[in-house]
Amino acid sequence: MNNSQDTNQKRRQFLLKGAAVTAVAVAPGVMLHTAAKAKPLGDAVTDAVRWGMLVDAAKCADGCDSCVQACNDENGLNLLQKPQGASDEMWDEQIPKWIRNVKVKDNLTGHVTNLPMMCQHCEEPPCVDVCPTTASFRRADGIVMVDRHLCIGCRYCMMACPYKARSFVHEVVEHKLTRAPRGKGCVESCNFCVHRLDDGKTTTACQDACAKDGHNAITFGDLNDPGSEVSQALKEQSSTQIRADLKLNTGVRYRGV
Amino acid sequence: MMKKIYFREWDLESRSYWMLLVVLAAIAGIGGLAALYMEHNGHWVTGMNNQIVWGTPHVFAIFLIVAASGALNVASIGSVFNKTIYKPLAPLSALLAIALLLGGLLVLVLDLGRPDRLIVAMTTYNFKSIFAWNIILYNGFFVIVGIYLWTVMDRKMKCYYKPAGVTAFVWRLVLTTGTGSIFGFLVARQAFDAAIMAPWFIVMSFGFGLAIYMLVLMDVFKRDKRPLGDAIMKKLKGLLAVFVAANLMFMVTYHLTNLYATENHAFEAFILVSGGVYTALFWVGEVLIGGLLPLAILFHPTLSLSRGWLTAASVMVVVGGWMTIYVIVIGGQAFPMALFPGKTILESGFYDGVNGMIASYTPSIPEILLGIGGVAVALVVTVIGIRMLKILPISLADEVADPHASV
Repeated sequence: MNNSQDTNQKRRQFLLKGAAVTAVAVAPGVMLHTAAKAKPLGDAVTDAVRWGMLVDAAKCADGCDSCVQACNDENGLNLLQKPQGASDEMWDEQIPKWIRNVKVKDNLTGHVTNLPMMCQHCEEPPCVDVCPTTASFRRADGIVMVDRHLCIGCRYCMMACPYKARSFVHEVVEHKLTRAPRGKGCVESCNFCVHRLDDGKTTTACQDACAKDGHNAITFGDLNDPGSEVSQALKEQSSTQIRADLKLNTGVRYRGV
Repeated sequence: MMKKIYFREWDLESRSYWMLLVVLAAIAGIGGLAALYMEHNGHWVTGMNNQIVWGTPHVFAIFLIVAASGALNVASIGSVFNKTIYKPLAPLSALLAIALLLGGLLVLVLDLGRPDRLIVAMTTYNFKSIFAWNIILYNGFFVIVGIYLWTVMDRKMKCYYKPAGVTAFVWRLVLTTGTGSIFGFLVARQAFDAAIMAPWFIVMSFGFGLAIYMLVLMDVFKRDKRPLGDAIMKKLKGLLAVFVAANLMFMVTYHLTNLYATENHAFEAFILVSGGVYTALFWVGEVLIGGLLPLAILFHPTLSLSRGWLTAASVMVVVGGWMTIYVIVIGGQAFPMALFPGKTILESGFYDGVNGMIASYTPSIPEILLGIGGVAVALVVTVIGIRMLKILPISLADEVADPHASV
């Protein structure tokens, strides 16, 4: 009898301890989840938000490539190894680049500008128009990206993009990050660090890197929210779209170009 | 009164037939291995890169697809426009059309980044994409031309001959319009953004398809010693000359239209003057080999009577045509896009035409082998087709073929 009472007592204690451990382990997750107010991953994005970016070329420092490096790190682009036997020159022309530095000179005035170029996240994206399989698509929140399950690697979107923003994966991808799945034979491009946004964050890797270096040339946020930093900055001063003549209503705007 | 025309399977001696088939199949097989090699390693083993995204396989594929719709023309002249002399030529015309399209599509598909996902392309459509429409147009072409061939060859299907012929003709025009529009709708690239691309592609298809048709016709008739009279060849020769001239006219119009707008002067200077290999291919390939030389032969009073010279003219139209597509597709990509009109790009991390620099591309051997493999597939299908089916008339001698011949 005593024995069975002892056993019950021990069981009760075990269950209590177990419950306490579980509570300690789970509670922070629940609390954090609530604090971050992230959109549940299962919910569809809506057009209540339009993600956009302002690049102030006047603040873009000559010779700086922090945004490029940050993008490569964030999306695992630099995990690709040069295939054995590939020439350095060819490899550099074939390796995917989602963002690049460009230095341009005005033909008349001689004014020189540095700026980062990436997918401009058009409202009317030519890449989406031409894609035969709907792999190229524009999310309701304005992000233009590639569905890697539908992409057949025809590269028609690369022919159509006026910004040369897309890259083709020319080699076997042996290492990749879980947050940025990719593979040989598909097309890819900047997606505004969509994994961060879907995780409740509100900045891109390039923006963070630029700010960390003290340049603050990149402002990112919700164009539909009049109170957002990017909306305020765009309202305050004039900005331009690259190839505005194509009337694509880009989500990336530039100042000082 | 025209004699009745009988058709019979190609009765080339068995040994020669199998030898021919083995050689063609081997070439096709090598093309297949080249595709496997590129697919296994990824496109880094090709000359293509993020600047020149469509390379030599696309040149072969587009050439074959354009030629396919053109090869059907010979049949259409008979079935739609009731030209009696062309009617016996119809079965080979339809067969060649199917064969060339198959070869071209194989090259196109095997050059995809993910050819294993062909089923995705067949089941998930974006109807705003001209590519998606082309998938439907190409598949439809096989079915419609197949049915047309059936109505030509089967007496019981005779009542459907006319509607099938008209449908096939209309379909082929729409198909080539679709192929040309792949380029016509690319607003970002100066070389392509032009409505003339669609009709120009149709005119090119007339020439390429007919030249291939004439080469095949002369060759297969010669190999099993069937009579091929001058009446037919004169008709085809005259037609080819008109098509080649029309192609030249469209080419001139395309470049003159571009030259009218100042913004395109740099692009035109690139193609016409300073583009290195592209300029050479334009003047020597597109203008001379694909245009002026064959025209000179075809209009020459004595040379045009010789089968050897006719063969040479047809080969020139084919080779010059291939070069034309090369200049359009690859030259058009090599010229840097106008990312910043009015500005010069001094530095770029992504080859954006720094100081107007041209994008580099050198065709790799596997790409060329894949393209040639596609040509071989088209010929294998043709050879098997004429061997198994009653495609070829027993005789196309003048007294048989020519309705006005005095017999």
